[in-house]
Amino acid sequence: MRQKVYSSLDSAVADIRDGARIMFGGFGGAGFPNNLIQALSRKGAKDITAISNNCGTRDGELGLMFKNGQVRHVIASFPGPHSTYFQEQLAAKSVTLELVPQGILCERMRAAAAGLCAFFTTVGVGTEVAAGKEERVIEGKRCILELPIHADYALIKAETADELGNLTYRLAARNFNPIMAMAATTTIVEVDEVVPVGSIKPEHVVTPAIFVHRIVQAKGIRYAG
Amino acid sequence: MPDKPRLTREQIAQRAALELPDGAYVNLGWGIPNLIADYLPKNAEVYFHSENGILGMARRARPGEEDYDLVDAMKVPVTLIPGASFFHQADAHLMTRGGHLDVAVLGGFQVSEKGDLANWKIPGAKGSGGIGGAMDIAAGAKKLIVCMEHTTKEGAPKIVRQCTYPLTGLACVDTIVSDLAVIDVKAGGLILREIAPGWSKEELQKLTGAPLISLGRAPEIRFA
Repeated sequence: MRQKVYSSLDSAVADIRDGARIMFGGFGGAGFPNNLIQALSRKGAKDITAISNNCGTRDGELGLMFKNGQVRHVIASFPGPHSTYFQEQLAAKSVTLELVPQGILCERMRAAAAGLCAFFTTVGVGTEVAAGKEERVIEGKRCILELPIHADYALIKAETADELGNLTYRLAARNFNPIMAMAATTTIVEVDEVVPVGSIKPEHVVTPAIFVHRIVQAKGIRYAG
Repeated sequence: MPDKPRLTREQIAQRAALELPDGAYVNLGWGIPNLIADYLPKNAEVYFHSENGILGMARRARPGEEDYDLVDAMKVPVTLIPGASFFHQADAHLMTRGGHLDVAVLGGFQVSEKGDLANWKIPGAKGSGGIGGAMDIAAGAKKLIVCMEHTTKEGAPKIVRQCTYPLTGLACVDTIVSDLAVIDVKAGGLILREIAPGWSKEELQKLTGAPLISLGRAPEIRFA
């Protein structure tokens, strides 16, 4: 059996280099890999491209990465009014931003996961999002071409992992996590609990183990603000 | 004329609630739309969808009941109805984009006479702005209702011939519920369906940036 369970958060992120493209799960305070984010901030990798729905809540969630000046480029759908450090750096032009409609952010990651080279969508036609994109009329509808979003790593949060890497999620803390798990080259998950193989019923597995490469047990930290 | 009473935000929500058919799957956006759940007609069963992967969302959590893994799109802790389900964000937006939601209700900065919607960024505003799920929802809902004040705080019409704010979607709005009127967006133009009590069509037209079409005399806005 391939050993996927890491003994520490720091060892799980130790090989992440400067310039890495990293997906970060989480939405609305739920399902953020806060402990892995803290480990990555200790590690200090710089010039990161961060792919995430938002850009943190002050120091919380992804906010820490911006506070430390570790991020160069962001692909996000809703950076958020409380993403203080990101907004300052965007205004100072030390960070660049690609804004993507939320469902299209999901599908572009899923395209990467599924080995699809691109797809057409009606979402964003005639808006700022369409700038520079190929447009075509399909079945009578104006559509734009969207490309996959690839990543070197996904840092995600799940509730339970078995030692193979099968994952379950708690309530609405699922959000982006299963999609990012499928899309990245290396998926690192922090979980509340690691259980023996066979403890999760096969029909209850949400993310199959094939998508999970490193598992760390970590006590959850949540930011309600 | 500006001193005449208009609908409150709660009254806009109350009127928009009447547009939700029994059994509908519905997404409510930020702002006024988020108030609609409090005004559902009795006996109407409506299933609320949240873009972060919830179907069957119920009322907000009461103090002591909050679970921060169970929040709505505004990060507010919520509760569930029996029979609710969770799924990931791609499936949540497959529902919005793929025409699976019966009704979506969004806020708006501007709506054009063709039903174009601008609701995500005010030109010149500080910060990055954020699209969130609005473009997916606008593109895919079977019926899109926009709830908004009829004019800006400065008195400028928010219903216009052409949007000047950054667009969310083209020709996507079906119905506008404002603090002065209920208006349907049709191929031929803006059809005035109901008007706020005490307002004349002429007064309303002066605050509207595109022609309103009357099919007979528009009745007063109803709340039940």
